[in-house]
Amino acid sequence: MDLGPHSGFIIASYLLTAGAVLALLVWVLLDRRKLDADLARLAEQGISRARPQQPSRGTQTDRT
Amino acid sequence: MSGWISSLFRRELQLATRAGGSALVGVLFFLAVVTVIPFGVGPDLNLLGRIGPAILWIGALLATLLGLDRLFQADRDDGSLDLLLMAGRPLELVVLIKCLAHWVATGLPLVAAAPVLAIFLNLEPVAIGAVTLTLLAGTPALTFIGAIGASLTVTLRRGGLLLAVLVVPLAIPVLIFGVSAADAAVSDPVPFLTPFLILCALTLIAGVIGPIASAAALRFSAD
Amino acid sequence: MGILDLANPTRFLRLVQIVLPWLAGLCVIVFAAGLYMSFFTAPEDYQQGATVRIMFIHVPAAWLSMMCYSIMAISSLGTLVWKHPLADVSAKAAAPIGATFTFIALVTGSLWGKPMWGTYWVWDARLTSVLVLFIMYLGLMALWRTMEDPIKAGKAAAILTLVGAVNLPVIKFSVNWWNTLHQPASVVRMDGPTIHPTILIPLLVMAAAFTLLFFVLHLMAMRNEILRRRLRAMRLKAAAQARPASAALSPQAAE
Repeated sequence: MDLGPHSGFIIASYLLTAGAVLALLVWVLLDRRKLDADLARLAEQGISRARPQQPSRGTQTDRT
Repeated sequence: MSGWISSLFRRELQLATRAGGSALVGVLFFLAVVTVIPFGVGPDLNLLGRIGPAILWIGALLATLLGLDRLFQADRDDGSLDLLLMAGRPLELVVLIKCLAHWVATGLPLVAAAPVLAIFLNLEPVAIGAVTLTLLAGTPALTFIGAIGASLTVTLRRGGLLLAVLVVPLAIPVLIFGVSAADAAVSDPVPFLTPFLILCALTLIAGVIGPIASAAALRFSAD
Repeated sequence: MGILDLANPTRFLRLVQIVLPWLAGLCVIVFAAGLYMSFFTAPEDYQQGATVRIMFIHVPAAWLSMMCYSIMAISSLGTLVWKHPLADVSAKAAAPIGATFTFIALVTGSLWGKPMWGTYWVWDARLTSVLVLFIMYLGLMALWRTMEDPIKAGKAAAILTLVGAVNLPVIKFSVNWWNTLHQPASVVRMDGPTIHPTILIPLLVMAAAFTLLFFVLHLMAMRNEILRRRLRAMRLKAAAQARPASAALSPQAAE
């Protein structure tokens, strides 16, 4: 396939575009991975998004 | 001794590159300045190519000025400036490290952006290389000189504009030799090295005088 | 409204989980078809030779950069007028994608311009207005990241987005209103396209591929943003409950 005298420009265009799209994809995926890790760590600590229960359950006096 | 230096440097770098630290907003402002100039000067590519090094230098100077009040302001607001003053380390060295970290976070991106912006201004490749080199050598001087203004205005709430006014006269020699070196690389009479070496000397001088004067100003402001 | 209740973040996430693999698969297929057509079935242009193949990236990227901003503008209306809960999530997620497409359009246009016009850049109306669009994208991204509270940041960004939307008709009609080096419109015109079908079809296929790519990335980014806000809420809750071990987690970059 002959790309003519300006083949460098054509190849550079396609490569740079592929690079930019890949960078976007990698950013979104890495961001997701970090968010999942952080959420998992918080879940381990027992912190959830659930509304707090009755006030009596919040105190620790009956645990000690 | 190197322990506290590297931790201070790392702390400054992390704070500057964290969001809200506006490290990359400086580059965006640089881009905005370069975009605005052709609206005023006209889109004649020949003219832009001739004044291109000056446009890039002025844009870098303005972008640096805008970022300078972050040098001490955030520390003063949360009290860590007082801690640094009381830490018992040489304050001049502390200021030097802060300036270096600030330059890596805000000045170095400007230098990296310069070749790209030079394409918009139709600079020839030699001019692009020369401008980038002069910015690399000269922007630390802008940060060191700027630290003087930043420490003088650190107690002011809206010190940003006054800071710029104070720093600009001191930064003019850097601007002169920066543009002169970039132009010398393209046109003939003066060799590139002559103004370039003077520019390097200015940076080294600023690296000494800047932290000394800045530390003195910080001590006065703390009393 | 069941699974179509997009205002509920949890239902939205579930919908994304179902739809995303199909969208991504379709995107890959259409890209494969488009790239094949761009290189093998599209003929060389009479005047421009093989470099016309750059057009198959440059034009779709430019179209997408404007479409993305339009979506952000509509989302901003959703935030300010209808107070839709996911509107500012949509706008924030779209900005980096739009900025990237604008960047691709500028760079490929520059690489096309050098062999064609002899210069990488010229300050004509079309190129300048697209550069201004790029600066607006970056400014919006910066604005989102300077404010701690995502809701307040969303409202501020929504106002700025709507004001900046005036740039879109300027870009579109710049080649008609001013005497520009960039060629005039040849596809979206009142009289219909002036390009030959052998070049128009690959162009439209690539445009479809880029559009699917945008939606795939946009949905993924929206999902991330929803998770990020949940994370922030949980951290605030942990700090409020004064549980030091969890409140002092990894440093959170205010993304």
